[in-house]
Amino acid sequence: MTSGKSNEPGTRRIAIDPVTRVEGHGKITLLLDRDNHIQEARLHITEFRGFEKFIQGRPYWDVPFFVQRLCGICPVSHQLAAAKAVDQLAGVDRLTPTAEKLRRLLHFGQVLQSHALHFFHLSSPDFLFGFGGDPLRRNIVGVLEKYPEIAMQGIKLRKFGQQIIEAITGKRVHGTGTIPGGMNKPLSTDWRDALLTEMRDILQWSEQAVELNARIHATHAEHADFATMPTNYLSLVDKKGELELYHGGLRARYPDGGLIFDQFDYSGYQRILREEVRAWSYLKFPYLLQLGETQGWYRVGPLARVNNCDSITTPRAEAARKQFKAINADNLVHDTLGYHWTRMIEMLHCAESIQILLNDPDITGADLVAEKGDRRHEGIGVIEAPRGTLFHHYQVDDDGIVTRANLIVSTTSNNQAMNESLRIVANRYLDGQEITEALLNHLEVAVRAYDPCLSCATHALGKMPLQVELVDAAGVLIHRLVKNSDGRLSGQDGYLHNG
Amino acid sequence: MTETTGTIFIDGKAVGFMQGQTIMDAALSAQVYIPHLCHYPGLTPSGNCRLCVVEADGRRAAACTTAAKAGQQISNNTAELNAARKVITQMLFVEGNHICPSCEKSGNCKLQAMGYHLGMLEEHYPQFNPRRVLDASHPDILLDRGRCILCGLCVRASHEVDKKNVFAIAGRGADAYLIVNTVSGKLGDSNLDVTDLAANICPVGAIMFKERGYVTPIGERIYDRQHISDVAMHEHVTEQKGDKKR
Repeated sequence: MTSGKSNEPGTRRIAIDPVTRVEGHGKITLLLDRDNHIQEARLHITEFRGFEKFIQGRPYWDVPFFVQRLCGICPVSHQLAAAKAVDQLAGVDRLTPTAEKLRRLLHFGQVLQSHALHFFHLSSPDFLFGFGGDPLRRNIVGVLEKYPEIAMQGIKLRKFGQQIIEAITGKRVHGTGTIPGGMNKPLSTDWRDALLTEMRDILQWSEQAVELNARIHATHAEHADFATMPTNYLSLVDKKGELELYHGGLRARYPDGGLIFDQFDYSGYQRILREEVRAWSYLKFPYLLQLGETQGWYRVGPLARVNNCDSITTPRAEAARKQFKAINADNLVHDTLGYHWTRMIEMLHCAESIQILLNDPDITGADLVAEKGDRRHEGIGVIEAPRGTLFHHYQVDDDGIVTRANLIVSTTSNNQAMNESLRIVANRYLDGQEITEALLNHLEVAVRAYDPCLSCATHALGKMPLQVELVDAAGVLIHRLVKNSDGRLSGQDGYLHNG
Repeated sequence: MTETTGTIFIDGKAVGFMQGQTIMDAALSAQVYIPHLCHYPGLTPSGNCRLCVVEADGRRAAACTTAAKAGQQISNNTAELNAARKVITQMLFVEGNHICPSCEKSGNCKLQAMGYHLGMLEEHYPQFNPRRVLDASHPDILLDRGRCILCGLCVRASHEVDKKNVFAIAGRGADAYLIVNTVSGKLGDSNLDVTDLAANICPVGAIMFKERGYVTPIGERIYDRQHISDVAMHEHVTEQKGDKKR
C-alpha cells in the first residue's frame, strides 16, 4: 500500500488493490485532502514488462513475434505495428496489393474480436446488471444466464474475428503471418468462402450491439455524467480525414473540436510527443509537446477515433457515427462511457470492411512479398490498436540487430485520462470514509471503459481479489475492505461478511 | 539388398544389422525410432546428447555409439527410459534460452519436437538464463549461442563433410560453448557458406539463415506435418542414398 512518492501534507490515501475484471494487476490510490475531496487519483501499474529492453540484441525479423507476446487480447496489433517498422528496416515502402489487404483484413478481424471481448465479456455485465449489481452475477456467465442471446452474439462475434486471425496467421492467438515486406501465405478460397457465409449474422449482431449501446445511453441519464470530461484526442485518420485503423496521418483535436495538428507523418512522432515518468507507476505519461505536461494529455481509442474523424467509409458505421455525435449536437462527445458505444460503432465498421475485403479478388492473390530495398537502420510503425494509437519504433545496427526500441502502447496514452476519470468518479461516489463494494466497481467501470488489459497479460477472468484501504495522512489504517476471489467480502476485523 | 550379418532384438522386435553398424543405424534401417538429437546419418557419432541411451543386455549405453552385436536384447521404448529422456530434454531447455513462442525455429526445431514426443509439458527445472554472445557478423547466417545445445553436429559437419573446421566446442561441462575458428572468433570472418552442411544441420535455432524467419507458415513447418520419428527415418534414408545436404 505504498505509493512510491510521499503524500502531500494534509492528504490521506485510499488504496484499491488490485482491480478486478481487468486483465492483469492494477491498484488504485485515492489521495484525500482535509475536506475529504479526492485531490488526486493514481492508477498504479505495478508490473514491469521490459519488452523494450529485452528486444535489444535480437535480430529485427524476430521483433513482430517477440512483441506480440505483450498481449493475449490484441497481439495482432503489436505484430502489425512492428511489421510496419520491420518493412522499413528491410527497405520496403510499399507492399503488394494482396499483402496490404491481407494485413488490413487481419487487423479488422483483430479489432472486431477485441472489441467484442471488451464490451460483451468484460463490460456488458456492468450495464446489464448495474454498476452496483450483485458481483457474483455481474460477469459473462451471469449475462449468459439472464441475457443468453446477447451473450451468445458477443461470443460468436469474437469467434468470427478469431477465425479471421486463424485463417491468416495459422493460429487464433500468437500466430505468424507478417514477414519483412509482406505476408507468408495467401488466404485460401475455402477460408474466404467459409467466412463470407457468416457475414450476414456478423453485420446484424454488430448493428444490434450499436443499438444496445444507444438504448443504454437513452435510458441511463446518469451515464452521461460518469467520468465525463473534456479532453484532447489523438488518432490516425486517412487522407480524407475518415476513420482509419491501419495506416494514416496523426490528427489531434482540442476539447472544443479545434485541430491541434492534422495529417502529421507519424514517423516524426518524437517531435510532437513526450513521455513523462512518475515514480509511482511503471506506466509513463505521454503528452503533446505543443501543449506541455499539464495541458497536453489526451485520449486515444474508439472515442478519440470517432470524435476525430470527419466520417466513416462504410455506410452502416457512418450512420451509427452520426447518431452518436447527435447526442452532443455534432460536437465532440466527452462521455467516458461513450467509449463502449464508439467501440461498437468501430466493430460494425470492421464487419463492413471485412465483407468488402473478402469480396475483393486481390485477397486470395499469391503475390505476397514486395522486393526488398537497401536495409535501413530505423523503422517506425504506428497503427490504431483496439484501445488506441500504438507506436513501435526500432533502431538496428549494420548486422540487423536491434539496438533500441521504444513502444508507446494505447493504455500508456490513456494513462492520465484514466487517473482523471477515477478522480471524478471517486469524488462523486465516495461517501465519507466508507469504502463500499459499489464504489470499487464504479472505479473499475471507469478503468474498463478504456482498457480491460492493463498489464497486457492474461489472467483468470474476474478471479482477482480486491482490497481497499483507507489510510490517514499519518499512515494509520482507518478502514479496510477486501473482496476475495470468490466474491465474499472481509472487513477490517478479518472476518468474512456476507457479500 | 545388402545381407545382414546378425540380428538384435529391440523391444522384442528382431532387427537385422550389418557388420560395424551401431544400434542406432540398425534401428533406423529397420524403421525403429530411438530418440536422438546429436545423431545425424553419415556423421561420426558422438554420444553427446544421451537421449538415445538404451539398455543393451542389461547395461545402459548410447545407441549411436554402441556397436550392434548378434543376439543383443535391447530395451528402447520403455517408460523408464522415456522418463529419463524427458528429464534430459528438460535440462537442455533450461540450460539455454529456448523461448519457443518467440523463436523463429519453432515448428522446425528438433528440441521442441522432442519435447512434444516425450510428453514434456513444462520445463520443471529452474531456468539458467545464460548470457551467451550472439554473433550476427556473417552476412547470411546468424549464430545464436543462447539456443545452442552443444550437440556438435555443426562441428562434425564442417570437419567431415564441408572440410572447413568452422566450428568447435570450447570449455568443459557447464562452461562449454560453441566457438568459431577464426582469429576474431566472429562468424563473419569464417568461410562458412549457406550451402555448407554445417549451416544447415543445426537441430535448434542456434545457426539460422538471416531474414528467413517465419517465412514458412504455421501448418507447413516440418513438425507441423511430420512426427520427429518420421523425420529421423527420412534423414536416414536420404543419407543412404548419398545426399547429406538437406
